[in-house]
Amino acid sequence: MTLKTSRRGFLKSAAAAGAVLMVGLRPDGALAAGSETAQLNPFVKINDQGRVVAIIKHFEKGQGPATGLSTLIAEEIGVTMDQIDYEFAPSNAELYANLFFGGFQGTGGSTAMANSFMQYRQAGAAARTVILEAAAQAWGVEAGSLDIVDGMVTGGGQSAPLGDFVAAAAQLEAPAEPVLKTPEQWRLIGNPQVRRLDSEIKGNGTAMYAMDVHLPNQMVVMLARPEQSGGLVASFDDSEAKSIKGFIRAATLPNNAAVAVYAENTWAAMQSRDALSVEWDLSAAETRDSTQIKDEILAALEGDAEYNVTKTEAGPMDQAAQVVEKTFYFPLLAHAPMEPLTCTIEANEDGGVTLHDGAQMPTGPHMALAQILQLPMDKVRINTMLAGGSFGRRATPNADYQVEAALAFAITDRTRPVKLVWSREDDVRGGMYRPAFGHKVKVGLSAEGEILAWEHRIAGQSIMKGTAFESMMVHDGIDHSSVEGVSDTPYTLPGFRVGLTDTQKATSTLWWRSVGHTHTGYAMEAMMDLVAKAAGRDPVEFRLAHLGDSADAKRKAAVLKLAAEKGNWGNAPAGRSQGIAVHKSFGSFVAEVVEISGNPDDGVQIEKVTCAVDCGIAVNPDVVKAQIEGGVGYGIGHVMRDEITLTGGVVDQSNFPDYEPLRIGDIGAIETHIIPSAEAPSGIGEPGTPPSAPALANAIANTGVIVANLPMINDGVEFA
Amino acid sequence: MTINLKLNGVEHSVDAEPGTPLLWVIRDELKLTGTKFGCGVASCGACTVHVDGEPARSCQTFIEDVEGAEITTIETIGDTPEGAAIQQAWKELDVVQCGYCQSGQIMSAVGLLQENPKPSVEEINDYMNGNACRCATYQRIRAGIQRASEILEA
Ligand code: FES
Ligand code: FES
Repeated sequence: MTLKTSRRGFLKSAAAAGAVLMVGLRPDGALAAGSETAQLNPFVKINDQGRVVAIIKHFEKGQGPATGLSTLIAEEIGVTMDQIDYEFAPSNAELYANLFFGGFQGTGGSTAMANSFMQYRQAGAAARTVILEAAAQAWGVEAGSLDIVDGMVTGGGQSAPLGDFVAAAAQLEAPAEPVLKTPEQWRLIGNPQVRRLDSEIKGNGTAMYAMDVHLPNQMVVMLARPEQSGGLVASFDDSEAKSIKGFIRAATLPNNAAVAVYAENTWAAMQSRDALSVEWDLSAAETRDSTQIKDEILAALEGDAEYNVTKTEAGPMDQAAQVVEKTFYFPLLAHAPMEPLTCTIEANEDGGVTLHDGAQMPTGPHMALAQILQLPMDKVRINTMLAGGSFGRRATPNADYQVEAALAFAITDRTRPVKLVWSREDDVRGGMYRPAFGHKVKVGLSAEGEILAWEHRIAGQSIMKGTAFESMMVHDGIDHSSVEGVSDTPYTLPGFRVGLTDTQKATSTLWWRSVGHTHTGYAMEAMMDLVAKAAGRDPVEFRLAHLGDSADAKRKAAVLKLAAEKGNWGNAPAGRSQGIAVHKSFGSFVAEVVEISGNPDDGVQIEKVTCAVDCGIAVNPDVVKAQIEGGVGYGIGHVMRDEITLTGGVVDQSNFPDYEPLRIGDIGAIETHIIPSAEAPSGIGEPGTPPSAPALANAIANTGVIVANLPMINDGVEFA
Repeated sequence: MTINLKLNGVEHSVDAEPGTPLLWVIRDELKLTGTKFGCGVASCGACTVHVDGEPARSCQTFIEDVEGAEITTIETIGDTPEGAAIQQAWKELDVVQCGYCQSGQIMSAVGLLQENPKPSVEEINDYMNGNACRCATYQRIRAGIQRASEILEA
C-alpha cells in the first residue's frame, strides 16, 4: 500500500486527534470559545471533520428539544440538519441551569425553548464568528466577505469545509455579543420541512431509554410498597421468594418505606416481589375513600375562602337579572408515561457513582444521591437518557424514584449496579397524582346579558406547598399553580373575584401536563359557554366581547378567531355538534374546536379537532403541531374516562385495563394552524392540553348534557 | 427448561423457567432492548413482536409456547418490505414523540399491512386499537400506515 499524503491531508489527520471547537458559557456567564471543557460549558462542539454536536441541557421526553435546540445551532452556524448531532448535557446546575428554575437544571413548565432560544443561537453565532475569523486569517481576506453555507466556508472565490478552521478557531476569543441571523436569513428556524433528529433511532429499536440499561453484573430491584400511601414496613417474610430462580435477597429500605427485592433479572424481581409477604404499619397512612376527599373539597367551596386571590371586592350579584352557577369536580389522575419509571446506579472507579436516568430535573437527584450515598457533588455523575414520556411524572421535587434507587444501592456492598424498575401497577398506584380540585363558579348577568359579577371559588390540594418549590411558587399563602389560568385570565370580567381554599393532601400530588390549567382551563371555558348561552349569545362572539386591548387579550382573540374560521364554527355538518375553547398557558395561546357525532346516551365520537396556536416563533413548526396533537389527545383521553379513586386509602386502579389510555379509534383528525409571530418562543409541550377537554365538554353540552363531574363517564356520557 | 428458538434469524437455546414471558427473555437474556415493556398484561402493545410471522404481545407469550418458533423484533423488521416501508413513512411524517411505544406500533402496523396492504381508516383503527400511545401520536400513525401502503404500491 502506498501512502500519498498531501500536506493538507496530513494536517487534517493530525488535527483529527484532538482539534475540537467548543462554544458555550464561561462560569461568569460570558460567551467563550475554546478546545477544552475545563474552560467553559459547551452548547456546541465542532470537530475538524465539520461534525457539529449540539449539547442539549433539556431532557427529551418526546417534546422535541433535541431537535429544537439543534435547529438553533445549525441555523446560526450555517450547517444542514444532516450535519448536526446532539448529546445530552451532564448534570451541572451551575452550568446548565434552567433560567426559569432559579438555579435548578430541569425541564418543565414548557420552558425548554423559551429558556434556550437566545442562549443556543448566541452560541451558534459565536461559533460561526470564530470560524469565519479563522478562515479570513488563513485566506487573508475580510471575515465580513465570508459566510458558512451548508457547512462550507465560502467567499472571495474560495470554499472549504468549516472543519478545516476548527483548530485555529478554538484559539480565538469569542465575541461578547455575536451578531445573530435575522429572521429573513433563517433557513431552518420556522421551516416545516425540518425533521426530528430522533425519528430513525426511535423507529428501529436502537434508541436507548433508561429501561434499556444493562450493565455487567447488574441487579434488578423492585420494591414492595404499602397499598396505602404513608404506610411503613413492620416486618416481612421472604421464605417463598427464596425459591424463585434469580432471587438474590430482600431488605427493608433505610427509611422503612418499602421492602427492596434484589434479583438477577426483571422477571425474577417481579416474581420474587409477588412472593414476598409484608406486614405494614399503617398508623400514619392515608385511609380515606376518594368520596370523602371529594366531599371535603366540595365543602371547602362553601363559606369564606381561605385566600382572596384577586384581592377584589365581590361584584353586585344581588343586582343580577340572572345567575348562572356551576360546580365542577376534577379527580386525581396518574401520569402513566409509557415507559415505567426506572433508573440505574453504578459505582465508578473514583469512588463516586453514575446515575443512568431519563432525568427531567437532574439537580434534584444529583443532590439526593450525594446526600444518601455521602458523596461530594462532583462524585455523582448523571447520564441523561431518553425518557419514554413524562407528562410531569419524572420531575419530582423530592426525586422520589431516584431516592429509592439510592437507598437500595446504599444498603448493598456497592459492587454491583442496581437497576430500579417500576411496573405499570407501581406507576398507576404509586401516588404523585394530579391533585383533585373543585371549582364553584357563580356569574351574575344583567337583563341585557352583561356580566355583573363573576365569583370563582377554587378548592384543592396544593402541589407546591411543602416542596423545594414552595418559596418560588407560593406567595402570601397562595399556590399560584392552584389558580393559574383563572386569577390571571386575559378575559375582562366585571366583578371578578377568585377565592382559594387549600384542602388536605390525598396521597401525594404532582404537576401533570399543564399543571393548574388542567382544571382551571376547563372551569373557565365550560363556564364561558354556559354564561354565553344564558345571555343568548354565540360563544365565540361572547368571548371576543370580553377580550380587550391588552397584548394577551389580542393574542387570545386571534387564535380564537382562527380556530373558529378553520374549524368552520357554526356550520357543523348534519348530525354533528361543535364546541370551542381557548386558553393561555405557559405564555402560549391555543384555541380548539372539537366536532363530535353521536350523543351521550348512544355514544359520543370525537370526529375532528381544529386548533390554532400562537406560541411566538415556531422554531420547528412540525414539532409544534405534533405537540398540539399530543396535548389534545392527553387532555381529552383523561377527561373521557380516567380517574384514580381510593377505597380506604387503597388505589382502586392498577394498570391500563382500568386506567384506560386514549386509543387510536377514540379520536379523529387533529388539524393545527400556527399564527405567524415575531415574539420569542413560548411553551408548546403543555398548552395544547387545557382547551381540549372544555371544547369537548362544550360540544357535548350542545347535545344536552353539561359535564361538570369528571371524568365524563361519571356524568353519564358514553363514548362510541 | 431449555427452549430453542430463532430470533431475527439466529438460533438460540435459552434456559428459562416455564411461564417466563418471551419479553423478558428477549430483553434481559438476549439483550435486544428495542422490544419494550409497557404494562405486562397485554394491554398496551409496546412489547409486540412477530411469532412465526404473526404479531404477538411478548409480555403474555410464554417461553414454553415458542419452542422452535421464529421470532422477529423491531431490530430486523426493516428487512421485510412492509417493515422498510413503515420505517420510511415514520421518518417522513415524524410519527414518533417519546418513541417508547413505537417499536410496538411498527410491529403491529407491519402485521396489518402484511394482511391488508391497503387498509381504510376504520381498518387501521380496529387493528391498531391495542397499541396505546401515551403521547397520542395516533393521527400520524394512521397517516404513516397509509403512506407506507402507498410506498409499497409504488
Ligand atoms: S407490555 Fe405487553 S402489551 Fe403492554
Ligand atoms: S410516542 Fe410516546 S408513547 Fe407513543
